[in-house]
Amino acid sequence: MSETGIGAAVRRKEDQRFLTGRGNYVDDMNRPGQSYAAFVRSPHAHAEINSVNTSAAEAADGVIAVLTGADVAADGIGGLPCGWGITSKDGNPMAEPGWPILAAAKVRFVGDMVAVVIADTIDQARDAAALVAVDYNVLAAVVATDGSDAGNASVHEEAAGNVCFDWEFGEKEATDAAIDGAAHVVTLDLINQRLVPHAMEPRSAVAEYESATDQLTLYCTSQGAHVQRLLLGAFVLQHPEHRFRVVTPDVGGGFGSKIYPYAEYAVLCWSAKRLGQAIKWTADRTEAFVTDAHGRDHVTKAELALDGDGKFTGLRVTTHSNFGAYLSAFAPLIPTFLYATLFAGQYTTPAIYANVISRFTNTTPVDAFRGAGRPEATYMLERIIDQAARETGRDPAELRRINMIPADAFPYQTPVALLYDSGEYEAALDKALDMADYAGFESRRDEAKSRGMVRGIGIATPIEATGAAPSAIAGQLGARSGLYESASIRFNTTGNVSLIIGSQSSGQGHETAFAQLISDKLGVDFDNIDVVEGDTARSQMGLGTFASRSLSVGGSAVDKAMDKIIDKGRKIAAHLLEASVDDIEFADGDFTVSGTDRTINIGAVAFAAYVPHNYPLEELEPGLEEQAFFDPANFNFPFGAYVCEVEIDPDTGETEIVKFSAIDDVGNIVNPMLVEGQVHGGVAQGIGQALLEGAVYDADGQLISGSLMDYTMARADDVPDFDTDTTVTPCPMNPLGVKGVGESGAIGAPAAVINAVVNALSPLGVQTIEMPATSQSVWQAIQQAQA
Amino acid sequence: MTTTVSMTVNGKEVSAECEGRTLLVQFLREKLGLTGTHVGCDTSQCGACVVMVDGISIKSCTVLAQQLEGADVTSIEGIADGDTLHPMQEAFREHHALQCGFCTPGMVISSIDMVNRNDTLDENTVRRELEGNICRCTGYHNIVKAILAAAPVMKAS
Amino acid sequence: MYDFTYKKASSIDDATSSVAGADEGVFMSGGLTLLPTLKLRLANPSDVVDLAGIDGLAGISVGGGAVEVGAMTRHAAVNQSSDVAGAIPALAKLAGGIGDPAVRNRGTIGGSIANTDPAADYPAAVVGLGATVHTNKREIAGDDFFTDLFETALEDGEMVTKVSFPAPEKAAYMKFPNPASRSAIVGVFVAKTANGARVAVTGAGSCVFRVPEMEAALDASFTPEAVENISIPDGDLNSDIHASAEYRAHLVTVMAKRAVAQANG
Repeated sequence: MSETGIGAAVRRKEDQRFLTGRGNYVDDMNRPGQSYAAFVRSPHAHAEINSVNTSAAEAADGVIAVLTGADVAADGIGGLPCGWGITSKDGNPMAEPGWPILAAAKVRFVGDMVAVVIADTIDQARDAAALVAVDYNVLAAVVATDGSDAGNASVHEEAAGNVCFDWEFGEKEATDAAIDGAAHVVTLDLINQRLVPHAMEPRSAVAEYESATDQLTLYCTSQGAHVQRLLLGAFVLQHPEHRFRVVTPDVGGGFGSKIYPYAEYAVLCWSAKRLGQAIKWTADRTEAFVTDAHGRDHVTKAELALDGDGKFTGLRVTTHSNFGAYLSAFAPLIPTFLYATLFAGQYTTPAIYANVISRFTNTTPVDAFRGAGRPEATYMLERIIDQAARETGRDPAELRRINMIPADAFPYQTPVALLYDSGEYEAALDKALDMADYAGFESRRDEAKSRGMVRGIGIATPIEATGAAPSAIAGQLGARSGLYESASIRFNTTGNVSLIIGSQSSGQGHETAFAQLISDKLGVDFDNIDVVEGDTARSQMGLGTFASRSLSVGGSAVDKAMDKIIDKGRKIAAHLLEASVDDIEFADGDFTVSGTDRTINIGAVAFAAYVPHNYPLEELEPGLEEQAFFDPANFNFPFGAYVCEVEIDPDTGETEIVKFSAIDDVGNIVNPMLVEGQVHGGVAQGIGQALLEGAVYDADGQLISGSLMDYTMARADDVPDFDTDTTVTPCPMNPLGVKGVGESGAIGAPAAVINAVVNALSPLGVQTIEMPATSQSVWQAIQQAQA
Repeated sequence: MTTTVSMTVNGKEVSAECEGRTLLVQFLREKLGLTGTHVGCDTSQCGACVVMVDGISIKSCTVLAQQLEGADVTSIEGIADGDTLHPMQEAFREHHALQCGFCTPGMVISSIDMVNRNDTLDENTVRRELEGNICRCTGYHNIVKAILAAAPVMKAS
Repeated sequence: MYDFTYKKASSIDDATSSVAGADEGVFMSGGLTLLPTLKLRLANPSDVVDLAGIDGLAGISVGGGAVEVGAMTRHAAVNQSSDVAGAIPALAKLAGGIGDPAVRNRGTIGGSIANTDPAADYPAAVVGLGATVHTNKREIAGDDFFTDLFETALEDGEMVTKVSFPAPEKAAYMKFPNPASRSAIVGVFVAKTANGARVAVTGAGSCVFRVPEMEAALDASFTPEAVENISIPDGDLNSDIHASAEYRAHLVTVMAKRAVAQANG
């Protein structure tokens, strides 16, 4: 292994600029003649707009324009599109109401936009926005995920009873039969609470328009510039794609929330075109809390059937999901095909049935958040397995073990559509149990008890489907676009390399990891490789970074492009070395005539390709630049085993995570340092969901946890030192043998933590607890159990 | 109404016209173009905006520029010695203590301040002292490692 | 933020006359509460008068059985003062638990008690130690200073100049923090003083309050066991998503017990 090749813990190229304050996030950018936008947002969750009076704002200092929903309608600007369609079990398509970029008739959540004020300075824009007088007719709001308040109001005319779809998946009859005939049926009600993604960099954009050339440019923070351009250009603005450039510079965290085209970006582009100038907007945190797409928000009832030996025979799940006020771009996908298809987990359960009812409410729209459906599936499954272990008197590790898909059964067809690629589940479980000293837990529980504390241990053995997606399968499931990825490798004249890719780092370290691929296979000096992302003018196409897809899909495109580079390089080298192409070998950056010492470096080949004096022009084009697309034949299926140990103070309900052990199998590893970092961050977010975070609405649709004063983000003293390690089961679905790692921690950790909490509390009579298991809720659970 | 505010930033005398409401972070970012100092919240919680003022760490989103007339300010741009990283920056790089980089400037300055204020540091102290800095990417594990690694290097130099 | 005129006052008289002469003037000490409030446009003062330039408002002096802390003294200074740590270690520790390090470098005791956020820590020490609040006009007994939610005995134009804490025989402060904001859901300051035991509770109610039943029990026996079975009624306590009134009432007892244990070493 070279110091900069695949498998090396190469330190990051990105860090020098980030550590010295030279990162370039959107809010750091300013364009010539730039003005500033401030949005007028609804303070009500649900209201009709009687009138919008902009006159005072228009007269305020520095104000250039005040635009409203009526102006949007007059200009024929479309609403935000949805990228995935779902069909209800009765055969009807989902209700798909429009999402106007500025509300004209009705507002449907707190933060919904009514007008935009554009002024010379940001303070002038905000001062004037406070002067826009909106007369509202306030309506009753609906907020309940389970629809229990659905009679209070209708969010959209198109959605009867506020239902978007009522969808089913799996084999109902077989599952019902399994449950009816089971030796034991475990039932568990649980809530997967609403989360605020909270990337540290708030959303920000600058839109710029040059009327002489009809060139529109949007600089915005995103998880993929092309997705922004495609959806905003074609569906909202009707601006031709070849005159619409989207640039995404450094991104300060995404976690899903920056995938989607947002109304603010559309309004900025539209306003910039109307006014012929650059306009900038950056969300403050208060805006971010109510406008960044939220995540999760499920209410679920699950039933697991077991035979007398503890083998799972059937799983039946009913889930209500909350979409918020409008359909965000990928919302329909998350509680359906990214959720129910994972219900087999790591297990051989033969019969599975899911029914998912998704609703509109007067709350912030909900879409993918780190894990996106798979944390919800894993949480449900891993919780009910622990419940089954308790009810049947089995050790939770052993109950998992006897139900696991054996290592020799791959590829494995689950009853919920997915074909698992590879796995050695027991090996990961054994390693995690060993790392956690699972066998020695009872003595630690006793020791804690002697100090008046209660200890618990919890396991989760998650699986996920990453690497979206096999486009043909995705299309059959409702995707309105394919999900391949592209890479272009450009050798510059003097032999250094620009790698232009369609994925988008929001902190993952793409500039480092992708350069390692090139360094490893093409033998180019690591420092001579730059990775270019985030500019539709430079990359041909790309779907961006989400669903842990960048390395397995984008990296595979890089690998294919490298093969093309080598192929062409061999032809050029053959000419330069006066040998037959068939005799040219490539290794470690050198083309060599087989069996000789006649060799030429790929840098010299590149030079010859661009400034040829002696070149077979009739046979070969000059230049050394190749592009490749990769569309995987299947998802890939990383898996792992997590063990969490907690200690609870029964007097206060405080829970401390005393040990967290995580084994992940993400196939081959390009940079173990980056993999470990992804696991750490994901686990911390999973712990945050389990113990700390929760977006809470009151019955009027006000977000009570609307700032960091009330929404609990994990801080350094909320999380432990993590014990992490990996097993390696290469992925057969892509040339690199890699699987995704970006979401594993967020998927596996919540169930491990809550299983540990319930394990700790069950001797006190507590049967279950919901997330977040805050000090208060733990204390209350103990009180109720002891009452 | 604006007033001219002068201070020393990263060793350089600077001045700019400021309104009463102009925050130090706006002075740095908008008046001086020093965009390394970030704004991650509006409730003084996240710590992305932490800078050194007269040798101590403060949140630049919660102090007015006019309050700091004549002050000596060091932002993240003034921490390294040319291209040579400060030991804390170097430790962050070595231990992969940053991902998206947005919280990093405040995190580095708070960490330097932490080492300056504490003769010895252990893991628990570091975690408690990081209370005012939120990171959404790293899970803090590697930040804690980096600080514990940088502390003896800083003390030795 | 709405714009305003900033003024750095040169003296107490300059500060009070500047506020009095403004359409809507406010004092600013550390700014840790005022500036976030202004950022959310929850207030629109015409003039903000900064007290940081006034000589003599910051500083700590220890003597005569008391610790005097100037109104503009930063939390970090109180926390790091060896004099405070020697005379009233519980006060130094309390100051070291307010906010985070960068906040402690700006926040002041005068600002904290004048604002009297229900979740602030300092009010517990002022009442728990039976301190005296000095203003530019008079002296106010700590017990009389905090009157209601964000309400104090301060009159218009009156500002805190220093707080005088009599050194107790022993004392301790125990805080159960709000997991998000890290301010006090419940904070209990207990002290054994020359004039008897004092128990002051912050975070739980609209402002800091004493618990006479616990004080009487501690007068009889300054032990954790003396308070562990004394619960306070939850009828008037705060309730929010982090802690119900019932949970807060329970925490008052737990924190009081732990504070006594800590005070006893």
